[in-house]
Amino acid sequence: MGTDSKINETINSEHHDHPSPAIYFKVAMTLVIITAIEVGVFYIEDLKWGIIPVLVILSGLKFGLVGMFYMHLKYDSKLFSSLFFGGVVLATCVCLALMTLFKYFV
Amino acid sequence: MDNTSVMEHQTENSHETTTGLDNRKLLMWLFLGSDCMFFGSLIATYLVHQGKSLVGPYPLDVFDIPTTSVSTFVLLMSSMSMVLAYAALNRGNIKGFRIWILSTAIMGATFLAFQVFEFRTFVHHDHLTPQVNLFGTTFFTLTGIHGAHVTLGVIWLLSLFFHSYRGGVTPENSLDVDLAALYWHFVDMVWIIIFTVVYLFGVFRGF
Repeated sequence: MGTDSKINETINSEHHDHPSPAIYFKVAMTLVIITAIEVGVFYIEDLKWGIIPVLVILSGLKFGLVGMFYMHLKYDSKLFSSLFFGGVVLATCVCLALMTLFKYFV
Repeated sequence: MDNTSVMEHQTENSHETTTGLDNRKLLMWLFLGSDCMFFGSLIATYLVHQGKSLVGPYPLDVFDIPTTSVSTFVLLMSSMSMVLAYAALNRGNIKGFRIWILSTAIMGATFLAFQVFEFRTFVHHDHLTPQVNLFGTTFFTLTGIHGAHVTLGVIWLLSLFFHSYRGGVTPENSLDVDLAALYWHFVDMVWIIIFTVVYLFGVFRGF
């Protein structure tokens, strides 16, 4: 009985820790606005090569928002974040290594 | 949140583990981490072959950014409905869960319809196939594998939707939905990268 009430208490506290539907909606709107900015920036020809870092930052921001709020990494165990972002870092290294190997930056 | 409460609430649906975390959720995160590397290598392959096609059509000839922006919007919205489905289930609102998870599956299917439309246009109108040039090969491989992930996700979501009518989806076993949600958000994340790297960079005249 004591264990059950403890579990229920824990479940309830977890639900309070997770964002409310209003926060989810705000995150979704932010994602849509960032995507609109990405597409808008894409049509500004004066930016030339400056468009690359702008788009990388904007898509990184979207990536982070989805991970932190929708996948609850902000609220969950740090071990989950480590496993996932470990994969992301390795994937980035694989990308850079392949691109260097094939003389992409030359 | 302190470590004790994290460890406690992770065990809500499961047996005790040495980490205090549910093994299924741990495995899902491990899988997603490894899938990052899988997509990372595919994106790198696309990038290193960018601009190396000897014959057309080229990205500039085929990509329709406004249409792809709409499909991106649909996928982003599906992520929102997925978290709302999970939140509804945790509140014990099964009807709300069904509405949101079905919405997610429909939006996922809509995204796939956009992709089928795009592929058909490329093949029949622009004569771009995987065999034509390096762009075709790397583009269809990358976006096709992402589409396969979305297809699997839609099947998973629909199975949860139908399973809920048999009483198989309850707040007590919400981890089952949480795992599907993680997978779905990951598919969304990958598309965020593909949309920027393949579509926006692909049409950028500097490359």
